[in-house]
Amino acid sequence: MAAFRDIVIAGFLLGGIYALVAVGMSLQYGVARVLNVAHGEFIMVGAFITFWLFVNIKLSPLLSIFITGPLMFIVGFVLHKTIFRRLMRTSPDMRAFEGKSLLATFGLLYVVQNIAILLWGSDVEGYSYLVSSITAAKIPVNRLVALAFVVVLAAAFYGFLARTRMGKAIRASAQDPTVAGLMGVKIDNVLAICFGLGLAMAAIAGSLISLVYQSITTSMGLAYTIYAMIVVVLGGLGSITGSLAGGLILGFVSSVVTYYKPSLIMIAFYAIFVVLLLARPKGLMGK
Amino acid sequence: MNLHLPATTPAKYVSATVLTVVFVFLAVLPSWYEGYSITLLTEIMKFVILTVAWVMFSGPSGYMSLATAAFYGLGFYMAAVLSGTLPFLVLIIAAGATGFVVALIVGMLTLRLRDTYFCILTFGLVLLVDQVIREVEQELSGTRGRFVDTQPTVTVYFAMFGVCVLTILVAWLLKRSRHGLALASIGQNEEAAAHSGINVVRTKVFVFALSAILMAMAGAVIATRRSYVDPGVAFSLNQTFLPVLMALFGGMHNLVGPVIGAVIFTFLRERLLTSFPEVFMLIFGAVMIVAILFLPNGIVGLIQQAWRKIRGWMTRSVPL
Repeated sequence: MAAFRDIVIAGFLLGGIYALVAVGMSLQYGVARVLNVAHGEFIMVGAFITFWLFVNIKLSPLLSIFITGPLMFIVGFVLHKTIFRRLMRTSPDMRAFEGKSLLATFGLLYVVQNIAILLWGSDVEGYSYLVSSITAAKIPVNRLVALAFVVVLAAAFYGFLARTRMGKAIRASAQDPTVAGLMGVKIDNVLAICFGLGLAMAAIAGSLISLVYQSITTSMGLAYTIYAMIVVVLGGLGSITGSLAGGLILGFVSSVVTYYKPSLIMIAFYAIFVVLLLARPKGLMGK
Repeated sequence: MNLHLPATTPAKYVSATVLTVVFVFLAVLPSWYEGYSITLLTEIMKFVILTVAWVMFSGPSGYMSLATAAFYGLGFYMAAVLSGTLPFLVLIIAAGATGFVVALIVGMLTLRLRDTYFCILTFGLVLLVDQVIREVEQELSGTRGRFVDTQPTVTVYFAMFGVCVLTILVAWLLKRSRHGLALASIGQNEEAAAHSGINVVRTKVFVFALSAILMAMAGAVIATRRSYVDPGVAFSLNQTFLPVLMALFGGMHNLVGPVIGAVIFTFLRERLLTSFPEVFMLIFGAVMIVAILFLPNGIVGLIQQAWRKIRGWMTRSVPL
């Protein structure tokens, strides 16, 4: 019974983090049409900024979320305005743009990762914060706090998409950028905002990961990129709700597999991935 | 300007001659020279193979495969597993065959999908094969790696040279064949290609598997340079990214581009990597972004453009 409880809680937490990462990637791909292979690198950057702030000025990781998120939003906004908008203007069609932007994000991966290595080295780092457990359950407080943050963030983001004017503009641009542009949506800004929001979510996820797992390296990004890609495909490329659901599913699967045999995790993911693609290539909630 | 280019231009004779001279030079080099350059040239040829093999499929079809490291690593690991039991040549062929079979299976599963899905799946494939081999090794032999019977440097050099010539030959023949044309038309418009009677899936899978043979062979050859092999070395993602960058940098519209890109980049990488690895990889990423932004047709495209301009000026300056 204790095992079951542990699996469920770990599953929710992992699922929440995967969902956060994947929603960011989904926003970038679904709206801005950039499949961002460097997504995981920004998770790593978020984790390391949080770590650095905690070690050097004792800033609570929960507060540094409000630094890493906005900071990476600005980075993403600027990146889209410079690199990706230029690529979009020079590409003959959407397919060419997707290919080129994918390759550009590979370049970005190397740049970001190696700047991080120069700054922080390539050792495993970590810190302890809120590790005491409550009640008899032996679950560290930081896990519960992180889980609460993910839930609040997901709800807030959903509200933003569903209720605000900007959210409406984003949804319209996801459906049809040309028509959205004709209806008066400032498409360049919307796409840049989406890309920035994606990076902000990655950075926040990174902050939470550094809080919960307590071991971070500058080479950890790629694994998260892969997980995010799997979740995004699982939920349907470009579907935000699909990414949320996909993240939860993958979180539970990895929680169960990790409990029995951690080394099988990639194999389990890949098996789900292949079966799903063959059975339903559009993803769970794809159009 | 003359829009219709004849099939055999003087430029093609020039490049064919240059290619022959380079090949002959490479073939006779070890007979009077031994040293570091042999190792460097082996590494350069390895990347020429990987880049040309990657361009062979991904260039015309537009399907971006990120599985190069998977096939290269498979070949690499096959060589490690079989080393000592088989002659070197048989080893290389066996590695190629493994790459072919795996690519055939993966291709049949994934090449029905849209290109983004294909791209993601091939990317995941590298990590999957890596994990599977790690798991199998743990279960069967309880080790993390294997010892390999090394081959002399010159033998490895000649083996790599052979695979390199084979790769360029295959790429050249493919481009002129029905399959090559079919693949190019798939890249331009897949529906139209299907409607004009091309078996779209079969063509894609065939060329994909063909390119995998060469990648696996390159892996098998280079594996015999090392005495110890583990999955981390075999499946390094650099083998996926570097060929893509080299192809982009050189240009993908003809065979010369990928070769030039691979030669320049491998040379710089080997020279600079040991002295400052982090900065080099940083520059590498930046160059990649700049190449995508400003060199849509690669260095070869840039040179062709410049050449056309120069010729334009020259013909204009001649009074008629």
